[in-house]
Amino acid sequence: MWEMIVGELNHAMQELARNFAHLLPRLLATLIVALLGWVIAYALKVVVRGILRIAKFDKLSDNAGATQILNKLALPSSSELLSRVVFWVVWLGFILLGVQVLGIVGLQEHISRFFLYLPRLFVALFIVFFGLVAANFFSRAALLAAVNADSPSPGLLATLIRTIIVIFVVTMAFEQLGLAERTILVAFAIAFGALMLGLAIAFGMGGRDLAKQFLERRFLKEKEDQKQDELSPL
Amino acid sequence: MDLLVGVPTHNNAKTVGETVQAIRVGLLKYFPRERVVIVNPDGGSKDSTREVIAAASINDLQRSSDLYALRTLHCISTIYGDDPATEVALRTILAAAELLRAKACAIVSPESTNVTPDWIEHLLRPVYRDDFDLVTPLYRRHKFDGLLLRNLVYPMTRALYAKRLREPYAVEFAFSARLGSHLLEQQVWDHGAGGVGTEMRVTLAAMAGEFRLGQTFLGTKQHLDRSSSDLVPAMRQTVGTLFSSLEPNFQVWSTNHATEPIPTFGAEHDLTVEPIRVNRRRLYQQFGSGVAELEPVLKSILSPQTLSEVQGIAKLTEDEFRYSHELWVKTAYEFAASYYKSVINRDHIIQALAPLYRGKVYTFLLENRDASGEEVEADVEALCLTFERLKPYLLDLWNARE
Repeated sequence: MWEMIVGELNHAMQELARNFAHLLPRLLATLIVALLGWVIAYALKVVVRGILRIAKFDKLSDNAGATQILNKLALPSSSELLSRVVFWVVWLGFILLGVQVLGIVGLQEHISRFFLYLPRLFVALFIVFFGLVAANFFSRAALLAAVNADSPSPGLLATLIRTIIVIFVVTMAFEQLGLAERTILVAFAIAFGALMLGLAIAFGMGGRDLAKQFLERRFLKEKEDQKQDELSPL
Repeated sequence: MDLLVGVPTHNNAKTVGETVQAIRVGLLKYFPRERVVIVNPDGGSKDSTREVIAAASINDLQRSSDLYALRTLHCISTIYGDDPATEVALRTILAAAELLRAKACAIVSPESTNVTPDWIEHLLRPVYRDDFDLVTPLYRRHKFDGLLLRNLVYPMTRALYAKRLREPYAVEFAFSARLGSHLLEQQVWDHGAGGVGTEMRVTLAAMAGEFRLGQTFLGTKQHLDRSSSDLVPAMRQTVGTLFSSLEPNFQVWSTNHATEPIPTFGAEHDLTVEPIRVNRRRLYQQFGSGVAELEPVLKSILSPQTLSEVQGIAKLTEDEFRYSHELWVKTAYEFAASYYKSVINRDHIIQALAPLYRGKVYTFLLENRDASGEEVEADVEALCLTFERLKPYLLDLWNARE
């Protein structure tokens, strides 16, 4: 009986040693791939950071209002952040390639999924960046137009426009990533609908008289007064 | 052809009849022996503008005056599109002038409601007889009229292009065949801004080139609507055009030094001072609210020091408020440099200048409340000299772009 147990244990140990001997080269290959990946990812990070600095990407980011958001979140500059994203995506890609070499059953499918997911991630980042550019542009345009038209609360109007566009952008980005698609869509529809309904009720019922007075003052009497009082610039 | 008069129109049925008749009288009276033509490019008028022009007859003139035509007075009307576009209208007139080999050409705006026959003589004669290349008008104005021109466009144009041309934005002007051909070759209206400020582009092209410039006094200028609720479009047409001209003309303005006077026919300036109703408080409030609301925009345009000074004066009371010449000039130059560097959208830069301009206008109105015409002129001259003195500041900002 005892001999049988010892024999089985020997067999198991031999099996383990054989498996380990079989795995060791693969493990080394994985480590080499990961190390090589780190070097390539780091080199790419430096190159991307250099290109973004030459292209004055931080200035573009400033104009887009993205820097403001990053500062609030205590994140580095846009060019630094993007180069870090490139570094991690490339290195993670190499690590996963290395893991694939190990030949672990079931993991390969997840790795393939990860690589298939990358384009969606980049598209989502693209949507977020240009969405922020658009949000900043249109909110600034609204702010300037409202200030020059002497409208009440131009800052509020600009913030409202920026918020609506950012909500749109975030919804689109989440949809692109396939994260909680339905929840996000329903939440967006409810939030947007509630906002519009609230404004409609506020202006249509609650502030009917006020709105009437405001519009009359704004477009009838005040315009006439302005025309009388103002001077020709040219 | 010897002379060509262009009248670009778009829905000007109310005034264009009298304008064309005044042009006809002017041509018959002062240029009876010359071969002349009136060209009317129309931007798809929906009213009866073209019918009014076609119906204007030489017989009407002969009935009402002693004028007789020695030659046929041609009048050509053409539609260049469904929408008005000043640059297309001007290009049409320039092309017609070149094809017809006109020696002198004048543009008259049908928006002006008091065009007289003398205007035609005053505009065309210096070009036709005295070999001037561009003749711009001078008008009799109220001391508080044309404040954008007097507080920014004229002083800055004068400082940078070194020519004391008082009306750089002229809707009535005359030019020679030489300048006309140059404008056609250079396609001056294609330099950004989407065709806005075409008239000013003509003036700037002449100022930047080797052309002989002159000014002529036309008298009072009246418009159908003299409201200034359109300040931002006016700024796009003038300030935007001036800013956008600085990049292609850098070699010209960066090497200019002393400003040259421009030969003037008639009075150089004529300001009336009768009291008019002006809401100064509104300008003050618009300045204050504009500076407060636009802080993030102004931060990207102005230097920290200038922004801090502007914010400082925004806190002053109405009586204490003063937007000094020096601060205004620095503001204008920093806006011009930011426009060049495109720190934000260029049109937004022009729009952001409007509230600050209102602050300067408030100061101008306050300081010149009881001033005579001469005193107002002295104030404008002081501003011009400040623009000239601080020109190196703009050059520093320009060269520090990288």
